Amino acid sequence: MFKKLIQKARVKSPWLLHYDCSSCNGCDIEVLACLTPVYDIERFGIINVGNPMHADILLVTGTVNYRSRKVLLNLFNQMPDPKLVVAIGTCALSGGIFREAYNVIGGVDKVIAVDVYVTGCPAKPEAIIDGVTLGLNRFTQRKEGKKAHAR
Amino acid sequence: MLKTVIPFGPQHPVLPEPLHLQLTVEDEVITEAIPALGFVHRGLEMLAHIRDFHQVTQVVERVCGICSMIHAMCYCQGIEAIMGIEVPPRATFLRTIWSELHRMHSHLLWLGLFADSFGFESLFMQLWKIREKVLDLNEATTGNRIIVSVNLIGGVRRDLAPEQISWILAELAEVEQDINRLGSTLLTDYTVKKRTVGKGVITKDKAFELGLAGPTLRASGVCQDMRMLGYAAFDELDFEPVVETEGDCHARSKVRFREVRQSIDLIRQALSRIAQSEIRTKVKGRPQGETVCRVEQPRGELFYYIKADGTKNLERLRIRTPTFANIPALLSILPGMWLSDVPVAVLSIDPCISCTER
Repeated sequence: MFKKLIQKARVKSPWLLHYDCSSCNGCDIEVLACLTPVYDIERFGIINVGNPMHADILLVTGTVNYRSRKVLLNLFNQMPDPKLVVAIGTCALSGGIFREAYNVIGGVDKVIAVDVYVTGCPAKPEAIIDGVTLGLNRFTQRKEGKKAHAR
Repeated sequence: MLKTVIPFGPQHPVLPEPLHLQLTVEDEVITEAIPALGFVHRGLEMLAHIRDFHQVTQVVERVCGICSMIHAMCYCQGIEAIMGIEVPPRATFLRTIWSELHRMHSHLLWLGLFADSFGFESLFMQLWKIREKVLDLNEATTGNRIIVSVNLIGGVRRDLAPEQISWILAELAEVEQDINRLGSTLLTDYTVKKRTVGKGVITKDKAFELGLAGPTLRASGVCQDMRMLGYAAFDELDFEPVVETEGDCHARSKVRFREVRQSIDLIRQALSRIAQSEIRTKVKGRPQGETVCRVEQPRGELFYYIKADGTKNLERLRIRTPTFANIPALLSILPGMWLSDVPVAVLSIDPCISCTER
């Protein structure tokens, strides 16, 4: 019963952690725009938190480079299970326009397992909200004992 | 008292971007601040060697998502200067209008984040609500909210219809009304003043000596604005830079607040004087030669050096952004400040890390 309660609370009130890997700021300010009056994801019980240990969902924007890789892994490992990773924007999906640049590893999925991909350059707030709600469905579907993993 | 070293960032609730500062603290007072950069470095300047010089317009837009249009405008002006292309007058006016819209949304974004940095969350929400109106203007006129991609070498992609112009004017009137309503809170509220007045003072001489740029420099009483050069259509508009003299965090927010209103005024002037002509000229051939181009970004002077050798790729593209000039200001004001004032001081220079590191 306790597990069910926790499950319900997690889906009804997921907390977000946002990390900018090496994005151009376009997607970051769209993530922030989701929190503000016009889009207002707080009505779904979603809050942006600064501490990875409080977070259920990790929003990653931008390509991963050789320096931010370590920070991303560190944040991911600090988050408690079960957790979701949402990659936002074309850069986070594949490297986008920067894929040939010398300091870019590529998409986020080269470093950590990604659950939801949100496209767009920059991704629109509507698309980001859609991606997060898609991810929340995975919380209910995910079987017991299956843990997210770092690559 | 023992010294304690506290890391600030790269992941920090106040900053949407990864800036790392290593703060040495005695009691609660900072004695030393060492920045660590490179979390956003992508190697963008090297992409100019791989991509066609027309495609680089789209690449430089991704230097910074907040002022993308101004980066592309600067690059296009540079290439146009090398190739001797005459831009149609209507295109210069349209560039001016979109660059001022970008300045407005960037400053409103900053004012909101600044309010958030001292914990005034409702002001943050209100300012971002106004900003959405500016983004609606962007979306309706260009097709995208942030990275608008309207610039081409030789002109712009999109035109404004007459009914759009009257709609923009109506929206701007609403935005101005909303800003004036919030202005008294932002500039005269007791709690806001308590957190910002007298914090992180940079004197006029010090600002000049450190080589600062943009609103950070103008808040210290130095009158320097690249729009005075009269690029795009700025030479045909009445324009007076906004200058404050106190040099503290409060003065920096005052400069940006007044610049939002100035941008509304500039857009109105541009819309009333806009010329009727084509919006782009055809570009033939490849650039050969080198040039320097400077424009005013929301954060200060943006500098492009372009060298082309007559092939389809550029030989060298060098970008110097205003935050690079403003980080010394941050390092000079942090020692002696309280730890609790660090977010306010960091945000007061309006750091744009993705610009700085590219």
